Amino acid sequence: MATTLSTLAYLVASVLFILALRGLSHPETSRRGNVFGMIGMAIAILATLLHPGMGGGGIALVIAGLVIGGSIGVFVASRIQMTALPQLVAAFHSLVGMAAVFVAAAAFYAPESFGIGTYGHIHGGSLVEMSLGLAIGAVTFSGSVIAFAKLDGRMSGAPILFQGQHWLNLGLGILLLVLVIAFVATGNAVLFWLIALLAFALGFLLIIPIGGADMPVVVSMLNSYSGWAAAGIGFTVGNILLVVTGALVGASGAILSYIMCKGMNRSIINVLLGGFGTTGGTAAAGDAAAGDRVPVKAGSPEDAAYIMKNAQKIIVVPGYGMAVAQAQQVLREMADLLKKEGAEVSYAIHPVAGRMPGHMNVLLAEANVPYDEVKELEEINPEFAEADVAYVIGANDVTNPAAKTDKASPIYGMPILDVERAKTVFFVKRGMASGYAGVDNELFFRPNTMMLFGDAKKVTQEIVQALQR
Amino acid sequence: MNATDLANQATAAANRALDLAEAARRAAEAAAPIAAAAEPFLYLLTIFLMACFVGYYVVWSVTPALHSPLMGVTNAISSVIVVGAILATGLSDGIAAKIFGFLAVTLASVNIFGGFTVTRRMLAMFRKKG
Repeated sequence: MATTLSTLAYLVASVLFILALRGLSHPETSRRGNVFGMIGMAIAILATLLHPGMGGGGIALVIAGLVIGGSIGVFVASRIQMTALPQLVAAFHSLVGMAAVFVAAAAFYAPESFGIGTYGHIHGGSLVEMSLGLAIGAVTFSGSVIAFAKLDGRMSGAPILFQGQHWLNLGLGILLLVLVIAFVATGNAVLFWLIALLAFALGFLLIIPIGGADMPVVVSMLNSYSGWAAAGIGFTVGNILLVVTGALVGASGAILSYIMCKGMNRSIINVLLGGFGTTGGTAAAGDAAAGDRVPVKAGSPEDAAYIMKNAQKIIVVPGYGMAVAQAQQVLREMADLLKKEGAEVSYAIHPVAGRMPGHMNVLLAEANVPYDEVKELEEINPEFAEADVAYVIGANDVTNPAAKTDKASPIYGMPILDVERAKTVFFVKRGMASGYAGVDNELFFRPNTMMLFGDAKKVTQEIVQALQR
Repeated sequence: MNATDLANQATAAANRALDLAEAARRAAEAAAPIAAAAEPFLYLLTIFLMACFVGYYVVWSVTPALHSPLMGVTNAISSVIVVGAILATGLSDGIAAKIFGFLAVTLASVNIFGGFTVTRRMLAMFRKKG
């Protein structure tokens, strides 16, 4: 059991963690917030190492683990490309999940270390908490591994669906519950590992039906799970710091999931059931639309450069396609040239742009775009009416006016960027393929839209060259 | 009613009172471990719920532009689970607990150091105009 001094240290660490999150309310205070977080973690680790009864051998083992894990963490985190951020975060979540499983196992085999009984005779309440921490941790682990594989392109981002999938998941969920009850009643080691195995399988099965572009929700949700797993372990070992931090992280992930779902006008259940963008219904709608539509107007980068040179107000709408093409740097060069011509340039970010919450903001920041030029949906939408040019690069569904008007559209009700209100819309796109939701974007056919066909980076580069002439 | 009857009745009443007291004492004894077990749980539950509220309000105040760093930081701090891992590794004599503890310490450390490092990198890029 914790001493008064270590409890006090844990309290200080909890407050520092809260301050770390609080700092993120503004970019200027965020860096200090991160330092608070690091100090809090250092205090927590030191206070635990100074716990009475710590054996010398044990401390050496802990330090070995800290050094090995820490070096790997620093090495990977300092080298990772910012475009690969979502898969890094998913991979990190899987590690938290696995760590929770291991801590639960350690507590199961050495309960006396945490004062929750002796081996084979753990208090009932602690067994409940332990199995919760174990199950959530295991789901977090295998779910995050799948999310990582999908985001990293190691497996197809397409939803994997099969007959009776949801019934299977439900059945496994019920079986898991039965196992937990049996485990609490008996405290049996075999049941402990069965719970772990079943939860691993469940995490895997829960994430495979979810498509690549829904990953922002999944990553947020797994972030939340990793928090609840930590809180579950906190209850098991009776540690306030774990409970507080788990609650903070759990709440954070839940809120991010909510924001992402709202950004797509879909319920979390709808996202989790998966399979979005593969239904046959939308193809028919697309065919009907293609029949008597006016052909799209295609332009050259030179045309675009000419029009933008004479524009006063330009709004850039980046999407995941920009990140894939690595066009952010050249996009900023274009903006710099336009600003020299006297234009006002700003960036419009949709809540679900990118593969994780806030991903676009990080990519633009990396390309040295000042953060005060980057605006959120509610803030920028009224400005489109005054804009001379909207430059859509790598985004599609989030600009589709059908979301406002067409009740039959699968994206109906989704908040979108009011791109169509700008005097001229440039739409950089490889071809006429529809977006993730599988719907045609009627914006392509509007008289004020000019399509710029080609790779996002290449087209923007050509505009930059034309502007320099 | 004579004095003897009264005395007998008094004795009976006294005995019954004693029995009741004994039953009450036994009931209290039986309930004590439950109360003792419930108390730290309720204490933790209180803290947990309060922390959920704090988390709710603090996270809503985070600017959407910094949602990626938020994930980085929460990822790092959720690895505070390392505390449980350290206790398992350092306090137990059993080999199983030591191995699981060591593995957990290593995995959590990847997150702690990796999470804070990547967050610092992200935040360093957010600069103002000019």
